[in-house]
Amino acid sequence: MTTRLRRTWDVLALPLISIALSVLVGSIVILVSEWLVAGELKPGLALDAYKALLVGSIGSFNALVSTVVAATPLMLGGLSVGLAFKAGLFNIGAQGQFLMGALGAVIVGVALRESPSLIAIPASLAAGMLVGAAYGFIPGILKATSGAHEVVTTIMLNFVAVAILAAMVSGPLKVPASPQPITLDVGHAALPIIIGRNGHIGIVYALLMAVVYGWLLFRTTRGFEIRTTGANPDAARYAGMSPRRIIVWTMSAAGLLAGLAGATELLGVTHIMTASYGTTVGFDSIAVALLGRTSPLGIVVAALIFGGMRAGAPGMQIGAGVPAELVGVIQATILFFLVASPVVQRVFRLKSAKAPIEETGTFTRPTVAKR
Amino acid sequence: MEQIIQFVYGVPVIGLLAQLVGYLIAVLPDISPIILRAAVPIALAALCGVLCERSGIVNIGIEGTMLVAAFVGWAAGVFLVPILGEGAAGTIFGLTPVLLIAFLLAILSGLIVAAVHAWLSISVRADQIIAGTIINIAAFGITGYLNTLISKSSPAGAGAFTQFKPPKELLELPFVGWIFEMFLAQGPIGMSLLIVVIVFQILLFRSRWGLRTRSVGEHPRAAETVGINVTALRYRNVILAGGLAALGGAFLSLEVTGSFQQGMTAGRGFIGLAAMIIGRWTPLGAFGAALLFATSAAIGQSIGIAPPPGDLGAILDKLPGQFFDALPYLATIVVLAGVVGKSIPPAADGQPYEREAAT
Repeated sequence: MTTRLRRTWDVLALPLISIALSVLVGSIVILVSEWLVAGELKPGLALDAYKALLVGSIGSFNALVSTVVAATPLMLGGLSVGLAFKAGLFNIGAQGQFLMGALGAVIVGVALRESPSLIAIPASLAAGMLVGAAYGFIPGILKATSGAHEVVTTIMLNFVAVAILAAMVSGPLKVPASPQPITLDVGHAALPIIIGRNGHIGIVYALLMAVVYGWLLFRTTRGFEIRTTGANPDAARYAGMSPRRIIVWTMSAAGLLAGLAGATELLGVTHIMTASYGTTVGFDSIAVALLGRTSPLGIVVAALIFGGMRAGAPGMQIGAGVPAELVGVIQATILFFLVASPVVQRVFRLKSAKAPIEETGTFTRPTVAKR
Repeated sequence: MEQIIQFVYGVPVIGLLAQLVGYLIAVLPDISPIILRAAVPIALAALCGVLCERSGIVNIGIEGTMLVAAFVGWAAGVFLVPILGEGAAGTIFGLTPVLLIAFLLAILSGLIVAAVHAWLSISVRADQIIAGTIINIAAFGITGYLNTLISKSSPAGAGAFTQFKPPKELLELPFVGWIFEMFLAQGPIGMSLLIVVIVFQILLFRSRWGLRTRSVGEHPRAAETVGINVTALRYRNVILAGGLAALGGAFLSLEVTGSFQQGMTAGRGFIGLAAMIIGRWTPLGAFGAALLFATSAAIGQSIGIAPPPGDLGAILDKLPGQFFDALPYLATIVVLAGVVGKSIPPAADGQPYEREAAT
């Protein structure tokens, strides 16, 4: 039992310490900035802010529901980034795949807005996943055939997605009568509310996908191939696997997950799309995947933590007068301590459990498609 | 002459190209200063990328570095104006003491942010993409947070640098006048860009420092063997590069607008990366690519306002305006895919370096 406890601690220590340190850094930021701007030191302010943050994220039934709603796209996005990590790929493109997934869902959703939900919802979701997968396929095939690094191509594709989305919403999808570029409501394609005021069914899909993710990676041949390619593409090739095929497959699957994130967000929360439809889900997903150490359970928990922060942030701004953007600072600080783990481990005398960041090794290994 | 032009315009495909060239010749002189102004932050971001990657460090945190510098430049003005007063504007560039201090602080902030990236990438040997992502998330968060906090009282900053007014005779020169206007009718940062590019190009390919920098980016172990301190040189270059990115950020808040908006860099740090790739990791090439991107965007806007006549206009009119926004990114993907030309990054780009232990 003690060894088991010890092992659990080895895995959990670093994320927990990172979060604790970040909360500390966050309170220093709150106090110092307030002192600089208002000219007086209010020692209780940090405590008030965190109290408001907690009340807004887990303080009531409605708060809990909004935490779950905010966590849903992060969970799916985190799985997308995590899956790519496992294959040694860095999917910075979750952002673009998310947007394209949302676009696919809104196109089909608006077209089927008066059809029965039983047809409209699955069709819209499928469209979102398909478009997302296609958008993940592009960097995958580029990497497999020409060795173009997926980090750069997906960054570029993120911006292309923004342009495509804006062009579609202000062009063919625009409501003719509206002065603003905006689409119609998805009507019957909207996801059903299953809990509370706005708790749509998306969380069920996200949890389901987390299970599929764990099963795929650790119970199937394909998962073994993905992990082998991620650990050592040369070894994978010598073992008779095709790293190129795995790369294309994994990027497409990652795109599918991010596309589903976009589709559930659009069909479950916003229901319509504007030309400036934007999100930070893509970059937050990287944080989720890293904090969750790319494990399915870890990603679910990390998404709930970040989702809670997002859900509680507006309450913090109104209740304590601390700007909601503080959440972004805390998020970045958590990542900072995770990445600086060798230093953190030395300071806290932790046993070094394998860090997820080393496993990814996106740049430390030669490009697979070297010719 | 007129008839010949009309004839050429009528030829399929070639005619369209000729119409495009004709349109560009007609429009370029008018929008050339705007083009350079749009190109400055992109070019500076690209130069930052060139310096980092030539030294073997991938930096996707350029966007965040620019954002922090833009914010610090503006916020320093907000804090300093009540203390030091507005001060009399100088005769050249409308320089005030506060403006100068704000500018220097903005550059300093860029150096500090870059130092964090350097520490994570070089000493901690973290994944450099993740390090850059952290910089971006943190920069967006902290500038947004402080901006909301400060803006409660809607304060005024230190204002902005004014543009230089070149002598009229120079601008009215036939054929080349608009080029002078493009490069001289600018603020201090815009004017110095061309000098920075040329000096950087010469230093990188003709100086001892440049040779060492390139060797550290291509083959650090070999560089170490001939006595170059890889770690120190990488640190120095990444931090210096942060200064270049900060210059781009300061340009946005202290030369173009005189104010700060949440996320005002709007992806220019990433377009800079694209310009770096298209420019094949050289300062001149990166500058050229930045100019090209800025021209494409400016032409896109000018077509929106006054489309060219004839067939070309009819075709361009059907293109959505966003096409020109996406063009730089599409071009980069095409180049990366090896369809046109080849893009080869420095060999040791992104690989952490560890000295061999003495045995």
